[in-house]
Amino acid sequence: MKSPRALGLLALVAALLLWPAFGASDATVNILADAGLYVVLALGLNVVVGFAGLLDLGYAAFFAIGAYTYAMLASPQFGLHLPFWLLLFVAAGLAGLCGLLLGAPTLRLHGDYLAIVTLGFGEIVPQVFQNLTRWTGGPNGIGGLDFPTFFGHSFGQRALPYYYVTLLVIAITILAVSNLRASRLGRAWAAIREDELAARHMGIDTTRAKLAAFAIGASFSGAAGVVFAAKLSLVSPDLFQFQVSVLIVSMLVLGGMGNIYGVIVGSLLLSLVNSVVLPQANGIVNALHVHVDFGQYHFFLYGAILIGIMLFRPEGLFPDRRRKAELHHAAVEET
Amino acid sequence: MGRDERSRVGIRVADQRTADKMHVFLDQLVNGLALGGIYALIALGYTMVYGIVELINFAHGDVYTLGSFFALAILTALGVSGEVHGAALGIDIAVAVIGAALLCGIVGVLIERLAYRRLRNAPRLAPLITAIGVSFVLENAMQLWRGPAPVSFPSVLPNPAFAFGPLTLTLKQILVVGLAIALMAALQYFVKTTALGKAMRATAQDRDAAQLMGIDIDLTIAITFLIGSALAGAAGFVSGVYYQSTWFFGGFGAGLKAFTAAVLGGIGNIAGAMVGGFVIGIVEAFSTWLVGGQWANVAVFAILIIVLVFKPAGLFGRAVVEKV
Repeated sequence: MKSPRALGLLALVAALLLWPAFGASDATVNILADAGLYVVLALGLNVVVGFAGLLDLGYAAFFAIGAYTYAMLASPQFGLHLPFWLLLFVAAGLAGLCGLLLGAPTLRLHGDYLAIVTLGFGEIVPQVFQNLTRWTGGPNGIGGLDFPTFFGHSFGQRALPYYYVTLLVIAITILAVSNLRASRLGRAWAAIREDELAARHMGIDTTRAKLAAFAIGASFSGAAGVVFAAKLSLVSPDLFQFQVSVLIVSMLVLGGMGNIYGVIVGSLLLSLVNSVVLPQANGIVNALHVHVDFGQYHFFLYGAILIGIMLFRPEGLFPDRRRKAELHHAAVEET
Repeated sequence: MGRDERSRVGIRVADQRTADKMHVFLDQLVNGLALGGIYALIALGYTMVYGIVELINFAHGDVYTLGSFFALAILTALGVSGEVHGAALGIDIAVAVIGAALLCGIVGVLIERLAYRRLRNAPRLAPLITAIGVSFVLENAMQLWRGPAPVSFPSVLPNPAFAFGPLTLTLKQILVVGLAIALMAALQYFVKTTALGKAMRATAQDRDAAQLMGIDIDLTIAITFLIGSALAGAAGFVSGVYYQSTWFFGGFGAGLKAFTAAVLGGIGNIAGAMVGGFVIGIVEAFSTWLVGGQWANVAVFAILIIVLVFKPAGLFGRAVVEKV
């Protein structure tokens, strides 16, 4: 049982590593590299929402913190040029710290109040970056960021190196979250999600466990922000608006909150729909001489996914078995 | 110029400066009250819905924007494109307000029926996530309807200013604040004295027990959405006339501020939502004046976080024991 699965995994990894060598265009690699970043973001948010059951509507704020960390410390902005690989960890740490700072006073709050506070935080962070013009370049942001280097070789503008870095970050993230989930802390999260009161009575330090979820989730977002900023070579406050947070929540909801593989599929699906399917649909429809710009329907799509999934399949397309039981149990219990 | 005289001039200049400051202060206060009147009207809907089904109706801000678009469509249909005078004024305004409120009320009831009702007994995050979905769908629909740019709104009313000593009020400011207070009072009366209001309070307190007493829960909740959304529709008209413009995404920010107002006043508390709305409006006006408009949102959200952390029951709310 174990070895075919390992073999399949090996084949998948090999395919992911090797396919760009077979004549893939830079644009295709670019799309997948972007999609990969959303996988990291979704997996990170999954720790907070899927594992610990806390709805975070301001997750893009941590993404922004990571991206601005890179932008300020590896660009002509202050003449600082710290290495990309170092900043990956610095940003993860910083975002985690911000997660702690936000979480410490607010995690006492219940469900939807917490969601609104995180939303408020998500609104404040890009606004502050926009307002501190002297340090952050204001609404225009910071451009001309350093290209990362790997043993003296600059990444340059090609998508391929970023694709590999993203794969590496995804691999680390998957490893980290699946181990976390099986750990003592992960079991504490599951207990809190199911019944916080009971969890506390079982001796779980619920505040500490929730704080850990917040900080760990935030740190993945921070690291993803560094890769994002380096790849784009630019940051500006409008890249981190509320819509980004909701997009990531939609990915979780679509794929199945709590299930690592479901979340990966959900994030890939939704980002590919955004970057490939909608533009393609434009082309097809325009060929029929009907002019519809599907690019205008992004919000519709996210909204419809959130409503449709919550109403008809709250556990998502690829449910986590335990999460599914919880969602259905709650409905049965009440009736 | 003698020394004496010079100091007297100095005093006069200083007096003038304090008088100017006083003027700006009062202007900003009035400005904030008008702003707050609009937030208060939106906040009433948040607070009613949360009070009865414990749902943050995230789409409520968008219903408010929808109200301004409905009002605009009605005014356009009536042929109104600028200030109206004489008898036509009252009729046009009444048709636009009532029409927008009614249409928004219907939209609110539909949203509740289609998106929220099924999830009444689901885990609490499920309806909140759905509400965000509804909000996105409404925003997208409005964007497709009226485009992504702000749309101008006819001024409708003449806007004479009245001076009371150092205080200057415009007609529109008086109307916004007056309308907000009048609607709040009417709502308070309705909830406290009528049978339907009693049914609402009963449903809010204990849904199952209310049902056992013969209250039609579905109908009561639908009516709550109807009234809340209608108030948002009225607020949409008012803001259109006040700002003379509207924007498909405007409800997002206004909705968040109104929600902050509802939380500040103690969620579920009608008079509290009103006071909260005025406080948020004043905070926004003063932070715009003192530290610049770009910090106003930061100030409002900081208040939201601080209130939720230190006094989650709000200024006028009672601490509610969590139902286990």
